[in-house]
Order: sequence, then structure tokens, then C-alpha cells
Amino acid sequence: MNNDLKNVLPYGDTMNDGKVQLSFTLPVNDDAKGIEAAKLTCKNMGLDNAMCVHHNKLDEGYTFYVCYGQLRTGVDYENIKVVEVETETMDMHEVDHFMEEKYPRNIVVVGASTGTDAHTVGIDAIMNMKGFAGHYGLERYEMIDAYNLGSQVTNEELIAKAIELKADVILVSQTVTQKDVHIENMTNLIELLEAHNLRDKILVICGGPRISHELAKELGYDAGFGPGKFADDVASYFVHELLDRKMI
Amino acid sequence: MGHINLDSELVKKARTISKEIADDVQSFVDQHTTVATERTIARLFGIDGVDEMGVPYPNIIVDHLVTNDKLNQGLCLFLGNAMLKENLTAQEVALKVASNELDITTLEMAPIKEIQEKVNSIAQEAVLKIRKNRETRENYLNKWGDKEGPYLYVIVATGNIYEDVVQAKAAARQGADIIAVIRTTGQSLLDYVPYGPTTEGFGGTYATQENFKIMRKALDEVGEEQNRYIRLCNYCSGLCMPEIAVMGAFERLDVMLNDALYGILFRDINMKRTLVDQYFSRIINGFAGVIINTGEDNYLTTADAIEAAHTVLASQFINEQFALNAGMPEEQMGLGHAFEMDPEVENSFVLELAQAQMARQIFPKAPLKYMPPTKYMTGNIFKGQVQDALFNMVTIMTGQKLHLLGMLTEAIHTPFISDRYLSIENASYIFKAMQSLSDEIEYKKDGIMEKRCQEVLEKAVELLAEIKDNGLFNALEKGIFADVKRPIDGGKGLEGVALKDETYFNPFIKLMKGAY
Repeated sequence: MNNDLKNVLPYGDTMNDGKVQLSFTLPVNDDAKGIEAAKLTCKNMGLDNAMCVHHNKLDEGYTFYVCYGQLRTGVDYENIKVVEVETETMDMHEVDHFMEEKYPRNIVVVGASTGTDAHTVGIDAIMNMKGFAGHYGLERYEMIDAYNLGSQVTNEELIAKAIELKADVILVSQTVTQKDVHIENMTNLIELLEAHNLRDKILVICGGPRISHELAKELGYDAGFGPGKFADDVASYFVHELLDRKMI
Repeated sequence: MGHINLDSELVKKARTISKEIADDVQSFVDQHTTVATERTIARLFGIDGVDEMGVPYPNIIVDHLVTNDKLNQGLCLFLGNAMLKENLTAQEVALKVASNELDITTLEMAPIKEIQEKVNSIAQEAVLKIRKNRETRENYLNKWGDKEGPYLYVIVATGNIYEDVVQAKAAARQGADIIAVIRTTGQSLLDYVPYGPTTEGFGGTYATQENFKIMRKALDEVGEEQNRYIRLCNYCSGLCMPEIAVMGAFERLDVMLNDALYGILFRDINMKRTLVDQYFSRIINGFAGVIINTGEDNYLTTADAIEAAHTVLASQFINEQFALNAGMPEEQMGLGHAFEMDPEVENSFVLELAQAQMARQIFPKAPLKYMPPTKYMTGNIFKGQVQDALFNMVTIMTGQKLHLLGMLTEAIHTPFISDRYLSIENASYIFKAMQSLSDEIEYKKDGIMEKRCQEVLEKAVELLAEIKDNGLFNALEKGIFADVKRPIDGGKGLEGVALKDETYFNPFIKLMKGAY
């Protein structure tokens, strides 16, 4: 069978078999009725031929299931549009070289993990000299003055620091996203920047494990970077963007 | 038990230097008190509850001292005097201070000897309460026996204590030995302890005395059902270190995260404040039979596990001396380390095994706390399960004790009920399959592992010597651990530190330090 891009289905071992695997817990006892409930759960998700291949009791009234099934409704791949950061990524040396040629001065980048978020893993991976997984952090870039304010920085503190340092770029990292606490906090930063009349003067970028470029745009950020993005992805974006917008 | 050759002279040298580092800090600690230390004394006296604005009475009465510039004389003096002069209980004094009916700093002073007698008699009651909790734990352990081999340690983090109970009980029934209730984001920076049962938290649940009580009861129930003792863990770190220690001692917690260095580096808490707080909290934890967990494993979340291994070891040596200075036995020192090697590195498992074996041999009596991979965990949960399996193997091969179970969804969310199950299943399988492997192992002379240990040990000794020459405060200022620099007078909580007046006294130190 051919792959029909107008109706793309998951691939198990045969084109269009629609096979998917899933695991979940139901708050019911581990018995025959529970297994049937698991299969019906799969059916509710649009899966045919649901098989419950594993079930075991987690506790009284809680059971874990591993199931397989076949999805019949495909997606129209051809008509999908996604919002992505479109800049081609340069490595650190290429960014250094690019800036040397086109930038009249160093630029200032201020970053923090904001709100109540105590995690510095994300912002450290992007900013600290060492970087992450072989991608050096912004501190190591020749024409970037990077200031990592650390964790639990309030939006007010971040803005005050950005003003003091004449920041060109603000980076916000959000790791804790339980109960959408990050949405409120991120929205608040944009509102405060607007109130300070700074929104157009600074590029504002966010990142974190649950951040997408689309979400970032929705919340009024210039760009958002999710998992698997490194300092060079972020730097490549803003060195182009600052020039394109004539902010330098 | 497996064995690797270590340079015992170097180990001895590291201990000698670390003792000098810790003693230097101790002379500072002995001269100072803090608002948190005094609030802890208030709690030991039985002051509890909050006013209509939610402000805890321990804060109200200690702030009263601060406002009147009397923190340096300590709470015992004024509280003891007020109780004598006004014939009130400690709680009644606090209520009257809260309603501005009483200024305990301007009352006529009774003879100091009488005040001290009064304070001592109440102090002994408080200490007895803690001692009884310790005995209850010992009775349970005598009745049911304690687990040989690693304790399976899992976290719950729903934000709602009642939901936490559901998850904790399920985990305990599945085989977890220690349940840690993760604290809500940001609590470490609160300069007070919230009150009552709580149902709203982000990434964790508020540490309150009532929440401790609720979870303790739930775990005792499962314990009775299963005929084994389930340990409860919480976080005695941040700005309220000793207060949470005492609340834990009152509610029979068994394990407490307790590390000033962690607070300084990762929460930007002022170093003077937290080192003074840590001293009193470790005295309480030591007395209450609580195993502390130290946080040097976190250095590897910002620094590299290979390059920075010696900083973890150096910090363990220092933490050991801090704990000894607070009268804590080695059996309660859950010194921290972590499996954070980059999976792309060749022989990452071999190097990790070397470091874990070395830590085990250097601190033979300490129930080492071994943290699972976090930094290199990804959304690939299938690979994550394998990473955790390797981590489980290191634990059983090297005899780690507090085994923090890794979750395959580490990089994604706080654990689902099923994640915890899969993780317990993974560890139980490996521990059973490899139960006696370590007894069969002798590590090769001059092999990769032995050389690795020597290298880490040498670098740790060099680093300790450097810290000693600078003093710990200055060394932290220079960014000696985790690539993080902290100014001596920066960070949160410095305003809550006071130089003790000669009239200052705190009977609890004498009553509890090393007195079990």
C-alpha cells in the first residue's frame, strides 16, 4: 500500500496498519471488568481491535494497562501548517563570525528562570559558558554579554535588570508548568514590558520543556524554544532578528 | 562487599582538612543566632498556630524581639521571664504579644537563675516528646525489623496532601520504603512555615506540621498492614531549616533533606544565615534519629559529572564534619551523590561505578543518598527506563542505601502513579537478580576504576586545601562549587542573623546535641 499523505496513519509493521501502543491507569480494580474498561477506553480514542496485553494492580482500586489498537482516522499531512522559528542554525563560531561582520557593538542578553520557578537547568544550558551537550552557552560567545540571573527572579527584577544593563534580548526559562503556572507568569512579563514601554525595544524569548514557538507567539513573545534546542539555535535566531528589525 | 583500592592516607588527609574547614565555620556559628533558630525555640516551647492574617505565632514573637532590637539576647531569656512574671504558658505569652497586650522585652527581669530553671524544665518536656517519637520508631523497627539492602525512595508531589496520601499509600504497598513529599516551588524562600493542611501547591505540597501528621498517620497505617516500617521524608532546608527539623521531630519524620551548602548555591540563601540555621537543625535531626540527606549531587546538574566529581566528594567530607560538629552519628548522614554521567561518554557506567564504590568505602557507615539520572533524561521514556536500570545496577553493586528511584518520565512531568510502579518494579528486579554480585567483585588493580578513584580523591584533597586556605565563606564567594558564586553578605535572609549577646542562652543545644 502507498503512503497517502492526505490520510496518514501510524505505522506498526505495515503501511496504514494504524497500530499504536499506549499505557494508562484506570481507577478500577484489576479484574475482567477492568480489562474490558481498558479496551473501551481505547475504543473511545478511536482505536479498533483494541488488545489489552498487560494489566496489573497498582493499588486497591487502581490498575495499570498496556494496550494496542488500530487507528482508522488519518491526518491530512499535506495541509498541516506549523509555526516554527525559521532561522537556520549556525554554530557558535559562525555566530561569532556573523556578528563580527555585521554588528557595530556587543549585544546584551539577560536571562532568568522567573516567577516561583526554582529550576536553573534550562537557563544554565543556554547561557552558562559550558552550555549543554557540546553546545557552548551564550557566555562564551565573543560579542554577546550574557547575564544569567538564576532562578526565582520576579518579572519586576528581570525588567529592572534589563533596563540597567540596556538589554537587547531577554530570555525567560520556565520549567515548572504544573497547573499552567507558567502561562500566567509569562503573560505578566509581557504586560509589564508594555507598561514600561519596552516591548518593542527588546527581543523577548522564552524556553522550556513545554514551550513551543506557537505558544510563545500566542503569549506575545518573539520566539519560543522547546526541548532539544541549544544556545546556538537561540543565538542564531536573535542575531538575525535584531538586524532584520533594525534594533541594532 | 566489593572492594577497590583507595589511598587511605589521602582519605585521612581529606578528613583532617575538612575538620579544620568545619571548625572554622563553627566558631562563627557559635557566636550567632538567627530568627529561624529563635522561632524553633518558640516551637519547642509549644508556641504554634497563626493569627487571623495567617502569620505564625512563632514569627510574631520573634519579630517582636527583632523590632525591639533584642534578637541578640534570644527568646529563652524573655519568654522564660514573661512566663514567670505573668504566670502564663508560652502560647499565652505569644497570644498576648500578638495582641499588643504584652511587651516581653521591657518586663522587669526575674533573677537569671530562676528564668533558666523555668526554661530548662519546659525544655526537658519538649525534648522528652521528641525522645518518645524516636522510641516509637525504634519499637516499630524492633517489631518488624529493618530492611537490608537499599531503601526504595520515591516522591509524591501533587500539591494536595490528601492526594499525596493516595499516591504515597499506593507506592508503599508496591514496595517503596521511603516516601518523600516534595515541597511546593518557592517554599524554601519563605521566612515562615505555613500552617494547617494544604491542598494547593505547585510542583509539590507545602511542608506544614499538619501535613506531616496526615502523611505520618497514612504511612503508619500501611506499615501496620504490611508489617514493615515506611519512612517519611521532607525538606528541612531553606530559610526555616531548624523549624522544620523540630516539626519533623514532633511528627516522627525519618529522613530530612538538610544542607546549607545546597541552599547557598541553588536557592541563593545567605551563607551566614543558613550555616547557623543548619547547626541547630542538625542537632535536632541528630537527636530525633532522623537521617539527613545532603545535596551535593545537585552540583552535577550544573557542572559536569566527570570534571566535577571531586567537588561532590569534597563537599561530602565537609558535610560529614558539619554533622559531627552537631553531634550527629555517621549512621544518620545520608551524604548525597548522583548518577549524572552523559550517556554519550565512553565507559560512563564504569566511571560512575568507580565513584559510587569509592563513596561507599570512604563513608562506610553513612547511608549514602544516591540520586538517579535527571540531567540526561529525555522524552524518550524507553531509553529512560534503561538509564534508570543502569543506575539501579550501580546501587546494588556498590551498596548505596537511600536509593532515589529514577522515573522514566523524569524529563516530562511529576510521576504518574504508574511511573512509580514501573520504577519500583525495575529496581526490585535488578536488586533481586544481582543481590550478591557485589560480594563477588574485586576491582582490578591499576584498572580504569582504581585510577579514576585516585584522580578524584587527589583533586578533592587539592580543592579542600584551597577551601581551607580561603575559609569556606570566601571559597563560596569565589564559586568553588557547582560553578556558582555567592557573595558573603548577599542572598536571602542575612537580616535575620544576630551576634549573640553574653546574656544569650539556648538550653536545647546542651539537651539534644549528641544526646540520644
